[in-house]
Amino acid sequence: MARPTKEERKVSIMTKALELFSKEGFYQTTMPSIAEKIGMSVGNLYNYFTSKEMLAKDLILYIANILGDEIRKINESPISTQEKIEAIVHMYFRIAKDRPETIEYFLRVYLSNREVFQNCCEGMICVSAFVTEMMIFFEEGVRCGELRDQDFFSAFGLFMGYLGGMVFINGENILPKPLESYEHTIAENIYYALKSR
Amino acid sequence: MPSNPAKLRVIWLQGITCNGNTHSFLNDPSLGTLLDSVEFLHHPLLPCTFTLQQLVKKLPKSDILIFEGAYSASFERAGMAMESLLMTLALKTKHIISMGSCASFGGIFKENDPEHISGIVFDKENDSGPLRDMRKKVITLSGCPAHPKWLSFTIDMIRFDKPIAVDEYRRPKELYAYLVHNGCLRNEYFEWKVDSEHFGTKEGCLFYAQGCQGPFTHGSCNKILWNEVSSKTRSGTPCVGCTEPTFPKRELFTTKTYMSIPSEMPIGIPKRSYLALAGAAKSFHIKRLEERLIDDHT
Repeated sequence: MARPTKEERKVSIMTKALELFSKEGFYQTTMPSIAEKIGMSVGNLYNYFTSKEMLAKDLILYIANILGDEIRKINESPISTQEKIEAIVHMYFRIAKDRPETIEYFLRVYLSNREVFQNCCEGMICVSAFVTEMMIFFEEGVRCGELRDQDFFSAFGLFMGYLGGMVFINGENILPKPLESYEHTIAENIYYALKSR
Repeated sequence: MPSNPAKLRVIWLQGITCNGNTHSFLNDPSLGTLLDSVEFLHHPLLPCTFTLQQLVKKLPKSDILIFEGAYSASFERAGMAMESLLMTLALKTKHIISMGSCASFGGIFKENDPEHISGIVFDKENDSGPLRDMRKKVITLSGCPAHPKWLSFTIDMIRFDKPIAVDEYRRPKELYAYLVHNGCLRNEYFEWKVDSEHFGTKEGCLFYAQGCQGPFTHGSCNKILWNEVSSKTRSGTPCVGCTEPTFPKRELFTTKTYMSIPSEMPIGIPKRSYLALAGAAKSFHIKRLEERLIDDHT
């Protein structure tokens, strides 16, 4: 069997680190604890990531790329804006269910520890792949007349804040029903809030 | 050294016009030298061989016919409808220069009667003007007005029998392959997405907040400067896209956006690439670019 490439090894480290970060938080997770979980020496881990902060930055880029690729597929689908909203909500909740560590990391590490990212992830740089696709989604929605023209961040906050909030309270075990059972109502709420009048 | 060619015989004919290109031409600092190499058979302002009445009576041959202003078949000069006058002079000349945006695409005057007014070869983007079949001898110098040096460049090229590479609207590539954005002093503000909120300031990019058409407009306004010193964007006003067949656009000083995203991307730039770069640039705050270049209070 061929030895994994350095890139493949990095992804494998990130996958494990993601689980630790999202469960333990940024400060509780250490390079030794990550190395231990992977089964490699701490010294070797530093061959792949020069610091915990750099690993954290690569993780948010990795997650933003996953979300960006998913939304890009939806953006490029020949469906209405309303159907795209349904598809984005479904995709987001599916990832939250199948790979909860990704959304958890986004909410509990990236957004909650901005000081960690301030020197390498200014503004939206590290989440650009995801935000760019949301920009394209909104721009095309307004251009085709389905969505109301307004400031991007007003709409972005309504959409992503809503989804992030639902995943967060689901993670707190507050929701009486499974997350996916709210998909349709949430998509409808978002559509009615944003649609042109 | 090339031998000194004979003087070119030039007719400057006006359609429906504000005289803007005529006046622009008079601002050419090398006008004196140029006049040594051309003989105006007719010009609306400069000394010339024929008055308008004589021109219409004689309908002489020429080397260059410069047409300024928009075309309307029924519009008359000295009692002759443009439909006959332009066509006759066009058939009797070797080269035709479509001078300014009205002659080139219909321009401002077309707005008054869109059905009947057009350029001489193009009607906006369509090549349905009266001289469409003679397009090979037409050089388009669009602009409102065209820069005087664009005309003297073209006349010199014709005079020395040099080939002129042209674009799809027959504009010389030497003059129109650039975008007005090229050479704009505000490019650093464009790169870092620092917007100008007012006209007339030295700082900020005019694209996002003031409707600047520089990234969509072919022209060398920031390479061959106006009055040899400035341009619209250099003086703090947005480019209005006057060299393009789409001119005049509505709401010239507003950038159309959809959900805060510009509706038009700079020519040839994919939306996804532009937004990714713009989003990244906006994430930084560059103090030097956010400050006044010259602080009046120190």
